[in-house]
Amino acid sequence: MENRNPKAFLYLLPAVVFLGVFLVYPLFDVFVYSFEEGYNFASQTYRGIGLYNYRYVLRDPYFLQALKNTLLLVFITVPFSTGLALLLSVALHSIPRLRELFQTIFFLPYVTNTLAVGLVFMILFSRTPYSDGLMNLLLSFAGLGPVDFIEGPYAAKMFVLSFYTIWIVLPFKILILTSALAGVDEQLYRAARIDGTSRARIFFRITLPMISPIIFYLVITGFIGAFKAYSDAVALFGINLNAAGMNTIVGYVYDMLYGDSGGFPSYASAAAILLFIIVLTITVINLLAGKRHVHYH
Amino acid sequence: MHPRGEYATNVFMKVIFDHVTKRFPGRGKNRHNEVIAVDDFAFEIPDGKLIGLLGPSGCGKSTALNLICGLLKPTQGRILFGEEDVTDIPPERRGVGMVFQNYALYPHLSVEQNIIFPLQNLKGKERLSRDEMLEKAREVAALVQIDQLMERRPSELSGGQQQRVAIARALVKLPRVLLLDEPLSNLDARLRLQTREEIRRIQTKTGVTTIFVTHDQEEAMSISDLIVVMKDGKVQQIGRPQEVYDDPSNLFVAQFLGTPPINVFQGRISENRLFIGEEAVLSWSPDSKETPAVTLSQEGGPSPDPENAMPVTVAIRPEGFVVDADGPLSCRLNAVEVMGRDVSVVCEHPALTSAPQIRAVIDADEQPDRSAETVRFSLKPHKVLLFDAESGERLSTGW
Repeated sequence: MENRNPKAFLYLLPAVVFLGVFLVYPLFDVFVYSFEEGYNFASQTYRGIGLYNYRYVLRDPYFLQALKNTLLLVFITVPFSTGLALLLSVALHSIPRLRELFQTIFFLPYVTNTLAVGLVFMILFSRTPYSDGLMNLLLSFAGLGPVDFIEGPYAAKMFVLSFYTIWIVLPFKILILTSALAGVDEQLYRAARIDGTSRARIFFRITLPMISPIIFYLVITGFIGAFKAYSDAVALFGINLNAAGMNTIVGYVYDMLYGDSGGFPSYASAAAILLFIIVLTITVINLLAGKRHVHYH
Repeated sequence: MHPRGEYATNVFMKVIFDHVTKRFPGRGKNRHNEVIAVDDFAFEIPDGKLIGLLGPSGCGKSTALNLICGLLKPTQGRILFGEEDVTDIPPERRGVGMVFQNYALYPHLSVEQNIIFPLQNLKGKERLSRDEMLEKAREVAALVQIDQLMERRPSELSGGQQQRVAIARALVKLPRVLLLDEPLSNLDARLRLQTREEIRRIQTKTGVTTIFVTHDQEEAMSISDLIVVMKDGKVQQIGRPQEVYDDPSNLFVAQFLGTPPINVFQGRISENRLFIGEEAVLSWSPDSKETPAVTLSQEGGPSPDPENAMPVTVAIRPEGFVVDADGPLSCRLNAVEVMGRDVSVVCEHPALTSAPQIRAVIDADEQPDRSAETVRFSLKPHKVLLFDAESGERLSTGW
């Protein structure tokens, strides 16, 4: 890469232009909006400049609820889904015969519309005047009493949302991990076997380090994806998420722009910038942690 | 303690194949054709020697290696290390060290961590302290001369250095048998020469029974105490390299060994004379087996009687030709290639079947007239081998 060809920049230009117009500029614009107090779309005017928007958003109980929901969702689903995907992938990898069948089955949720899956989840978990739902039927077999997962206690709702999110993200992770596992040189395992390495040690000292870049990739994209959760909550709890107490940060931004309480682009911008800062921080922490534990070869 | 010292207390193992057969079930389209990778192997590999399993690809030599180390189980037969039947013993308890074709070093571990990896697997009484492990790692690293590279990652090493690390890792547990799968195939030509001497040196120094697999006959011949020539899952011949070269049991072995390869002709035997084409090249006395064959001169006598002649396959080593103006074998001269000490005479003969041209290696002082159209050779009888024209089995001759 020593000689810099000016042509290279020419080839990069279309991508740079589109990224600039549709990603960098809006981000910058949102950043500006977030400091403009009482911005009005129609008149394109604002009252003043300052941190008021941030102060408002950070004191808004709906935002705090959304923040709590999002953080809980992120820190429950990312480790759990990645761990579960790893477990399933290793299991899949060790059954060569039915691997393809199971891979297909595990991948099906990925190609299914999230709202449709949400609907199915709702039917499984919700109570109606006529029935307690399939989940409650299962719970009743275990002698546990009906729980209203959709309109009941917060923990139950959070459980359903996490369950649903894990269900949705699992196929992609399994797909990526199974191919990562298949990419590990078989001879390494043979060498380890001849040296009498226990299965646990093979997994922790060989398999995990060998696929660590992929796990790392899944964790980072998993965090970012979970922070941007919105449609999942809508699919389960309907569009009035604030009333259900299950809003997310992205949902809050949307509501501020277009919802019943909409028409507040400044608040929406401040919330979006706060989300950006949180995601950036977490990603930087991930990257720093990754430097010590991820082996690139 | 020097590794040799520890090895001296270790019992080296001879490896015995007791009628071992390994079949693989067919797959896909060939579902019904099972593959017999190793067919009734029955031989003994003596202890403390360097043995080369040699054969073209697909001959079952890697399967044989995997059977020894236990990664594969034989379909039939037993494998013994000395007196001990190891057929049903898993690889980790056989006490074998294995060097894989692509070395199979753990890329995320340093050289030192790679070498101590097998030691860290030991449990209970066998478990060493960390200092003892490092000490052992240092010893074998010094043995294979990589002690300066202990902190490096495999990706920072050359192919030859990686090879040495793999050998060190295989040796650190003091295996009873050391196995090497195509140890030189990933190295460039110069490194290959150097590394094969290195393998010889390490084997001599440790004394461990070492078995390596190769498709390169030169490699196997140059360093092995004993070579096992294989083809299509069957052992063709076992012996010291020189023996196998001088006295191959069949045409395949004769053709597989030697560079340049042996020259094969259609021939006939009639009335105690050997004919190549219409030329009688050797004759011998019917009564005395002791009498060495003599090469005939140009006027070797009448052509063979087609009724009584017995067809044979005649194979002549490149060094079996002698440029001789009165020699019986007349060939069309194509080229004389100078190789320094020797010259290679490239010529044609109608009865030649192995290649388009004969290659004869002649001492540089005796090279033929390059401008001549034909060159005549007489033959060194002990370099002329006869084989059954149909089966390719070696025919015993009086010489």
